[in-house]
Amino acid sequence: MKLFELIGKYFILMSKVFSRPEKFYIYRRRIFDEMDALGFNSIGIVAIVSVFMGAVITLQMAINLESPFIPKSLIGYATRESMFLEFSSTVVALILAGKVGSNIASEIGTMRITEQIDALEIMGVNSASYLILPKIVSMVFFFPFLTIFSMAVGIFGGYLISIATGILNPESYLDGLWYDFRPYSITYSLIKAAVFGFLITSISGFYGYFARGNSLEVGRASTKAVVVSSIFILIFNLILTQLFLI
Amino acid sequence: MIRTEHLVKSFDGRVVLDDINAEFDKGKTNLIIGQSGSGKTVLLKSIVGLFPIDSGKIYYNDICYTDLNFKERKEIRKDIGMIFQGGALLDSSTVEENVRLPLDLFSTMTPAEKLDRVNFCLDRVNLHDANRLYPSELSGGMVKRVAIARAIVLNPKYLFCDEPNSGLDPMTSVVIDNLIKEITEEYQITTIINTHDMNSVMEIGEKIIFIHDGKKWWEGTKHDIMQSNNKELNDFVFASAMAKRAKMNAETCEKRA
Ligand SMILES: Nc1ncnc2c1ncn2[C@@H]1O[C@H](COP(=O)(O)OP(=O)(O)OP(=O)(O)O)[C@@H](O)[C@H]1O
Ligand SMILES: [Mg+2]
Repeated sequence: MKLFELIGKYFILMSKVFSRPEKFYIYRRRIFDEMDALGFNSIGIVAIVSVFMGAVITLQMAINLESPFIPKSLIGYATRESMFLEFSSTVVALILAGKVGSNIASEIGTMRITEQIDALEIMGVNSASYLILPKIVSMVFFFPFLTIFSMAVGIFGGYLISIATGILNPESYLDGLWYDFRPYSITYSLIKAAVFGFLITSISGFYGYFARGNSLEVGRASTKAVVVSSIFILIFNLILTQLFLI
Repeated sequence: MIRTEHLVKSFDGRVVLDDINAEFDKGKTNLIIGQSGSGKTVLLKSIVGLFPIDSGKIYYNDICYTDLNFKERKEIRKDIGMIFQGGALLDSSTVEENVRLPLDLFSTMTPAEKLDRVNFCLDRVNLHDANRLYPSELSGGMVKRVAIARAIVLNPKYLFCDEPNSGLDPMTSVVIDNLIKEITEEYQITTIINTHDMNSVMEIGEKIIFIHDGKKWWEGTKHDIMQSNNKELNDFVFASAMAKRAKMNAETCEKRA
């Protein structure tokens, strides 16, 4: 019963978030601010994680496919597929759920307990929309770019490791990258990224917005935000894969 | 003028406000006093509509606020300024942006006019050269003053102050109290102030409502309060040294007379 109540509350909040904004230009400015705070600030962590993952996948493949019957180019192919299909959207989303999700929930939660949200409401501002909508919009638009960026950096990581270790020759790695290349897998990944961006921001916004009490509660809200967004990312990953790839 | 009729508010079955009938006058500083936890903040937030009430009516100049829908309430909210217990400035905005936000949202002014208005209000609360500072860089008294500036920037008809001088030194408290009183009289605002500070009561208590145990226990002016025989009120009032001295002075004057 509690679950249904929670889901109902979430959808009521979303209907408030997506009601017509008061003054559009204020929202536009807030969206750019949020892109900076949530998106640009995540480029670093995405780059680091992706370059290492690309390198490790390449290394793993090279070690495990040590057979004269398997062409070396398959390693590049496998790296590309792993990055494109799962890593750059789903795993990066899980990492961002931790970074961006906890950030959003604690920011909005603190605003709640220090009465900043009440202050907005008194001014006649739709606080849910004012605070959460710019975050959702900026992440839904920006996350696909982070995904593409992660793909590029990951592939580059694989290339670097192939040069650095000499475990395979860089030319066959590059050959493999183009083997059986379907642009559709990029489209699929970008759709997933946009959906995950929405899930992270809206779920974290929800937990922050309904935080009560003191700093302990804000901490709890931000933990919940991360856990629940991660679970929903995994569930939607399954659903979207079923929908788009089969 | 603001009036509450039989206002009842409870949380999870625990009654916090019980049958509050009160009237708050225009152009006056109306005070709500009471112990910590007596329900002052809840009363204030119920009146402005941040808490839904269980039963009763709230009138703003004969408009029944409780009967209005969300959109109609929004119209009235544009006439409401509120100063929260902790200031409630937006942490991610500068002082100037904080004060300007209501203008950005609801006025048709040009940027230059807005800046003029913001500076006028900041000037009014004696804050100079603070436009670019963030709330974390302000002292407690400055936060309160910015909150006042933000509350008055749209020329409100109703001003609500939740303990505007809690946590401030006595001198700054007096400055803030007098500032609110001046603004109230100057613009003929209906002002309601929550406080448990007896200094403020004696300074600006034109109309005082004492809340005890969730009920309206006593009502009067700062002149009545020293003569009252209400036990709970006296316990509350004379807990403060300043008030004790005032009472003693009054008694010695009576004896001499
Ligand atoms: N959101 C809430 N949920 C449940 N109970 C609440 C809530 N807000 C206030 N209360 C309860 O209502 C009572 C009155 O609280 P209120 O904040 O109005 O006190 P106050 O008079 O403003 O005290 P103070 O002077 O310390 O600010 C308290 O017992 C408090 O526990
Ligand atoms: Mg209070």
